[in-house]
Amino acid sequence: MGLEKINMPQLGESVTEGTISTWLVQPGDSVNKYDPIAEVMTDKVNAEVPSSFTGTIKELVAQEGDTIEVGDLMCHIEVEGAGSVSEEESAPQKEEKAPAEPSGGKADAKEPKKESKPKKDEGNKKRYSPAVMTLAQEHDIDLNQVDGSGRGGRITRKDIEKIIESGDIPTSDEAPANEAEAQKQAPAAPSEAPAAPAQPSAPNVQAGEGDVEIPVTGVRKAIASNMVKSTTEIPHAWMMVEVDVTNLVELRNAKKNKFKQQEGYSLTYFAFFVKAVAQALKEYPELNSMWAGDKIIQKKAINLNIAVAKDDQLFVPVIRDADEKSIKGIAKDITELAGKARQGKLTSKDMEGGTFTVNNTGSFGSVQSMGVINHPQAAILQVESIVKKPVFQNGMFGARDMVNLCLSLDHRVLDGLVAGNFLARVKEILEKMSEDHTSIY
Amino acid sequence: MPVISYIQAVTQALKEEMQRDEKVFVLGEDVGKRGGVFRATDGLYDEFGEDRVLDTPLAESAIAGVGIGAAMYGMRPVAEMQFADFIMPAVNQIISEAAKIRYRSNNDWQAPITIRAPYGGGVHGALYHSQSVEAVFANQPGLKIVMPSTPYDVKGLLKASIRDNDPVLFFEHKRAYRLIKGEVPEEDYTLPIGKADVKREGSDITVITYGLCVHFALQAAEKLAEEGIDAHILDLRTVYPLDKEGIIEAASKTGKVLLVTEDNKEGGIISEVSAIISENCLFDLDAPVQRLAGPDVPSMPYAPTMEKHFMMNPDKVEKAMRDLAEF
Repeated sequence: MGLEKINMPQLGESVTEGTISTWLVQPGDSVNKYDPIAEVMTDKVNAEVPSSFTGTIKELVAQEGDTIEVGDLMCHIEVEGAGSVSEEESAPQKEEKAPAEPSGGKADAKEPKKESKPKKDEGNKKRYSPAVMTLAQEHDIDLNQVDGSGRGGRITRKDIEKIIESGDIPTSDEAPANEAEAQKQAPAAPSEAPAAPAQPSAPNVQAGEGDVEIPVTGVRKAIASNMVKSTTEIPHAWMMVEVDVTNLVELRNAKKNKFKQQEGYSLTYFAFFVKAVAQALKEYPELNSMWAGDKIIQKKAINLNIAVAKDDQLFVPVIRDADEKSIKGIAKDITELAGKARQGKLTSKDMEGGTFTVNNTGSFGSVQSMGVINHPQAAILQVESIVKKPVFQNGMFGARDMVNLCLSLDHRVLDGLVAGNFLARVKEILEKMSEDHTSIY
Repeated sequence: MPVISYIQAVTQALKEEMQRDEKVFVLGEDVGKRGGVFRATDGLYDEFGEDRVLDTPLAESAIAGVGIGAAMYGMRPVAEMQFADFIMPAVNQIISEAAKIRYRSNNDWQAPITIRAPYGGGVHGALYHSQSVEAVFANQPGLKIVMPSTPYDVKGLLKASIRDNDPVLFFEHKRAYRLIKGEVPEEDYTLPIGKADVKREGSDITVITYGLCVHFALQAAEKLAEEGIDAHILDLRTVYPLDKEGIIEAASKTGKVLLVTEDNKEGGIISEVSAIISENCLFDLDAPVQRLAGPDVPSMPYAPTMEKHFMMNPDKVEKAMRDLAEF
């Protein structure tokens, strides 16, 4: 059962308000849609107000004799299904406005505020308005230690005024202002937000004679900071399955020449793997999700990042809606994205919106690797080299094409069970791929 | 205190001033027998007769010119322009003569005339019945421009305008005429011209506006109060010359200022308000001064959808206020 509002309708042009002369219903009455619920008097007309819903009258908010503006609330009605009014909405919700100082004193008052918003846009944190600069100078406030409540983390004049009023002024020469802060951020610079460790550290290494010094700039720098961020923030766990892709190899070998002729680009193994992963992700959306601090966001779209290397650069362009594409469509995307990457033509649009990453480590001959998760995704799958191996099957010994799939997962988001089931499903899909069952188109 | 409408306050002020001072008289198109097209002079003809309530030809230049001449000879004329849009033929009389006479004659002459004109849109009046014309006159020293928002301000300021020894343009929002009601004392009172009025005390953002937009801002402020956004609202009341002290005080109070008008944006009253704030309040400002105004197109369109797009309303004001509060 949900709650809906019935508002004063527009009963004629230039009518701005109406007076309720009689309520035709009482709380508890059942009404059908369009049943009259009240008689209303306006400057121009006397009219009956029809019910906008079928349901049970909950509460008559306006009383007989009240004059109500067009569009204002007359009464609440309980309807089948979810209503547009939440129960709390009718009750006053004034938490924010309640006096902001609980009995515990200043240290308490600051703490919960910090924890409630662990990750947010801080782009305007250091954009200070003239008013903020003036007040900070007059009261010797270290703005690095102030949390901003404005857009993009901007420190507002009100934020500073509140601090001045509280008397708890963070000055720059003072050590961490209160105990709570001291515990949290031992000797590190108190100004650095938790997002900061992405800064690559500079160990004390000296270049000797004949050594080559390569400055860390641009893409290299971005890769470095992303990798540090991923490995320091995400608790990685790792698992691997071995997949028999003998049939897939046969399938691909049978089709590849004709495909190349027809389409003008290669039918790579990787396209089959991407297809299988996309299909399995649809069944295990837990893997297609992101850690967002106080919640986990399961993404609807399946957009797969693929890793493409170029000299000293690594790009992860996106195959969009991979679950909606055929193997041919995926092969085409891979060819295009890899081509763009090699020519340096990838746009930021090509790189945005990935929800899961598939890495073709096998192309280097690797048979086992531990991927670093592409932050903030929940997992990354490494497709290793396909290797011909002697394998026991049904008591027989045979040469089979085997491949390892290695999965790194964010253990905050995922546990072994679901990740294992997902990998098993990918394995199953791949092992069923064969000339008889799989269509390229 | 009785509650009366905005236009009733106009009528009351005129009537009381005419009773108080027999030099006060009214002239304009249809103001006599008909009582004005909006009924602002309703009943005056019956009470004071045709010598003090003059129906004039359709010649705004003459209405202003006759009024200015009478004023210079010691009368207290209240001239009505049927719509502010029609004031243009009288601009030469108002700017070249009325505004300048005291200066030009080194204080020997004065023109204590009040020119009333209904302005503003939102009444489906299209081009010639919707304009805001205050900016045209707002850089003419010697003139005063009063644009009240409430019946209380209307009565007090219209009386003050009539008693003022210099020309006053008194612009009344025609949509406010019957929409806005409020308490007005029956006894005689005046309000100071050139003084803005705080219509709502608040600490998060400052809205400075005038005329009907004051009510849009007040409505928006009530809604935003539920979200914990506390707006300070200053009603300019006199848009020329501006109450600089009042503006500086209101702007400095919160450091986040939204200026609202239904007039076109560029070169309007609020642009001058913005300049005053930037000259005086830099170190109190916490956000860029924002202007919310009508688009820079010639006038209010006739099509209802287009009129709605042009015309200010509480939703537009609320959105701009919230945006500024969140900055």
